[in-house]
Amino acid sequence: MNREKSLANQLERILPLVEKPGRYVGGEYNSVIKNWEEIQTRIALVFPDLYDIGLSNLGIQILYENINQREDCLAERAYSPWQDMEELLRKHNIPLYSLETKSPLTDFDIIGFTLPYETLYTNMLNLLNLSQIPIHSNNRGKEFPLIVAGGHATYNPEPMAPFIDAFLIGEGEEILIEVIDAYQVWKKEDLSKQDLLEKIALIDGVYVPSFYEPHYHPDGTFHKLVLKNKKAPKTITKRIMGRLPYAPTRFIVPSIGVVHNRIAVEIMRGCTRGCRFCHAGMINRPIRERTIKEIISTIETGLENTGFEEVALLSLSSSDYTNVLELVEEISTTFAGKNLTISLPSLRIDSFSVDLMEKLKGSRQGGFTLAPEAASERMRKIINKPISEEMLLSTAYEIFKRGWHTLKLYFMIGHPSETLEDVTEIATLCKKVLAVGVKAIGRRAKVHAGVSTFVPKPHTPFQWVACDQQESIRQKQNILREALKGPGLKFNWTDPKETMMEAWLSRGDRRLADVIEIAWRNGAKFDAWQDFKNYDIWMQAFSEAGLESDFYVHRERSIDEVFPWDHIIPGVRKSYLKTEYLNSLSLKLRGDCREQCYACGITQAFNHLREEDPGIVWKCPNLAPCRRKNELSIPN
Amino acid sequence: MNYRYRINYSKNEGMRYTSNLDIHKMWERTFRRAKLPLAYSQGFHPQPKIQQASPLPLGFLSDSEIVDFFLTQEMDLGSLQTALTKSLPAGISVNSILSVQTAEPALQTQTIAAEYDVYFLEEFDEKIIRQSIQALKKEASVMRIRRGKSYDLRPLLLDIEIIVDEPMYLRMLLKSKDGATGRPEEVLDELKIPVQYTRIIRKKIILANEMIENP
Repeated sequence: MNREKSLANQLERILPLVEKPGRYVGGEYNSVIKNWEEIQTRIALVFPDLYDIGLSNLGIQILYENINQREDCLAERAYSPWQDMEELLRKHNIPLYSLETKSPLTDFDIIGFTLPYETLYTNMLNLLNLSQIPIHSNNRGKEFPLIVAGGHATYNPEPMAPFIDAFLIGEGEEILIEVIDAYQVWKKEDLSKQDLLEKIALIDGVYVPSFYEPHYHPDGTFHKLVLKNKKAPKTITKRIMGRLPYAPTRFIVPSIGVVHNRIAVEIMRGCTRGCRFCHAGMINRPIRERTIKEIISTIETGLENTGFEEVALLSLSSSDYTNVLELVEEISTTFAGKNLTISLPSLRIDSFSVDLMEKLKGSRQGGFTLAPEAASERMRKIINKPISEEMLLSTAYEIFKRGWHTLKLYFMIGHPSETLEDVTEIATLCKKVLAVGVKAIGRRAKVHAGVSTFVPKPHTPFQWVACDQQESIRQKQNILREALKGPGLKFNWTDPKETMMEAWLSRGDRRLADVIEIAWRNGAKFDAWQDFKNYDIWMQAFSEAGLESDFYVHRERSIDEVFPWDHIIPGVRKSYLKTEYLNSLSLKLRGDCREQCYACGITQAFNHLREEDPGIVWKCPNLAPCRRKNELSIPN
Repeated sequence: MNYRYRINYSKNEGMRYTSNLDIHKMWERTFRRAKLPLAYSQGFHPQPKIQQASPLPLGFLSDSEIVDFFLTQEMDLGSLQTALTKSLPAGISVNSILSVQTAEPALQTQTIAAEYDVYFLEEFDEKIIRQSIQALKKEASVMRIRRGKSYDLRPLLLDIEIIVDEPMYLRMLLKSKDGATGRPEEVLDELKIPVQYTRIIRKKIILANEMIENP
């Protein structure tokens, strides 16, 4: 292949000029190179952020292994090049290429983008452009690859609707394979791109945005979505796996340092805690666990395949894994003496969590992190994350006493019901925790407060509420900065401008696509990176597009408002979210729904999966939904 | 009781962009994949006992890197090589493995010099290069500044010659000792050859117990 050779020659001259050239060469252990010419369908999987961030993405890893297991398909990867590399690629007219065979992205049949967070949108447009592919779906004929996208952010697909041929909503394991099958049939028939889109629109969970037309009220609020193609479904229900599928074990081992160098094992999917701000907690239901046996064998095989020194056990709430103690004991005995670091994030605030961490604590010691999220009783009731201060302080004491010197505490500010008193209480609580630490181990004790700003996300009980104003956020951050000065304390915060960006991108409708496009054309990219000061570019883009950012960010939605994302069904019903919103207003707590079902709708939405596979273990109670609204007291 | 082995290996393909620190990691992981009994240091942060002879600058290829490993069990060299070969990433290949005395000094301190070949990615005038090499050789001292520090490159450059072959290339022998390491790209800069138009291959690392033919 001459083209490959000439690209290699060009790269040899370019790569010495860029920072960390190892990002752009592939060749990692466990990367898969197939004979391009012999493969029927070629898929590029793209994570539109820097290699260092994207490499360890579990979603990409799962799909990469799934697709490459098929003999008729290949999957290769691409990431966003950093500024320096992008300039050189453009200067030498080198289109974005895959890391495995260095093929230009235009040569693939399907390009799948993962969009786990909204601040990747401009990067995605940039990558299409770097690939020399038109950014608008309607400017791409069948000579271009089919562009699909999935990931958490796509539960509100509208802001990116004009750029993506089809969204794959929900868990990707099966749906992408079904899209590939449909693509193969279509390709043999040699039909139009429209035919392809119609074919895949029939697959459950596929949303082809060009078949729908949004309409708006004169005041700018969303009115309805009109079906333009009768074959497309009215609503799109997310896809889930009834049973957690085979976990990946052939992790790509990077040849350079990246953010997470490790085996990641999903111990369960979903969460039953019902924290009202939590997007992941709402869209990833129902809760499904992997067996201990499967987790252990996944780690074993993973270690054999990779040689990694670190294992992360992933879930939204580790302490809630049914037999978590047994799991941890099993892991610590099986892998003792192997110079392995095992991390178990997202632990509940109780001394049991300290026991768990202590069992995993190998010779390499990290910090301890807890997420109380709120410091006042009132705010805890509003967000539905009840913890008692007593419990937090006694847990903190245990943590320090048993050898950790630094405790990280995560909090959130910015909920519309929050007062300055609630904010002050965060600082007061941090100081109390530090005092406990000093009592336990003296001046070595450190408390780091990570305070993020709340963004009301679609498909959560807070989708109706407004995002805080920048001045107000700054004021709250100033209060915390002043109060959290002093030895042993550290305070981290999020730039309010970044919060604004995340807010309009997550809450936008299809009109926002113009803003995204203009912002990208005017240079916005890497919006998740604080070192890129893109805020002014975005403000300019809003004004050029004739839209108001405040409309998306700071407007409280009326309780009957139709949302631009209502046609995307996460299984959790809007009526349930509404009840939960009203509960938050009346400070009503709701318990763990493993113990009592609050009829969120998930079991009804996926009842067919349970019927098809009666052995499926979900942690939803096997009861008729109980509609009694009972209030819980804060446990001690 | 630890057993010490010396591996000579080549570094090619994309691996040329893997830094020294990451090469260290690469070896640790390769040993772990191969299930070889790599020895670790004691203490709170156990580190694998791996010693590299001399760091190879990012982007350089190499036909002959040297690295020492300590194992907790004795292995025969053949099965060691077989196990490693199966577990190595693309771009790294083992040339030879030796068993060495555990008590030998650290590998870094044994390194005295390194030989490099420099190939050209663009056309360069042989005559001009020849002239600048001669001029460089005549100098008694070549003062340069690297990372804010002034040093004399000349005594670090033990030898340099132009090899007229198809294609033509440069061969240079540079001192490579702790605190006195000559860098090929510094020599190229003296010769007014932009480093991005070259491909530099380390051909040999010379250890103290080895003879240097032309000192």
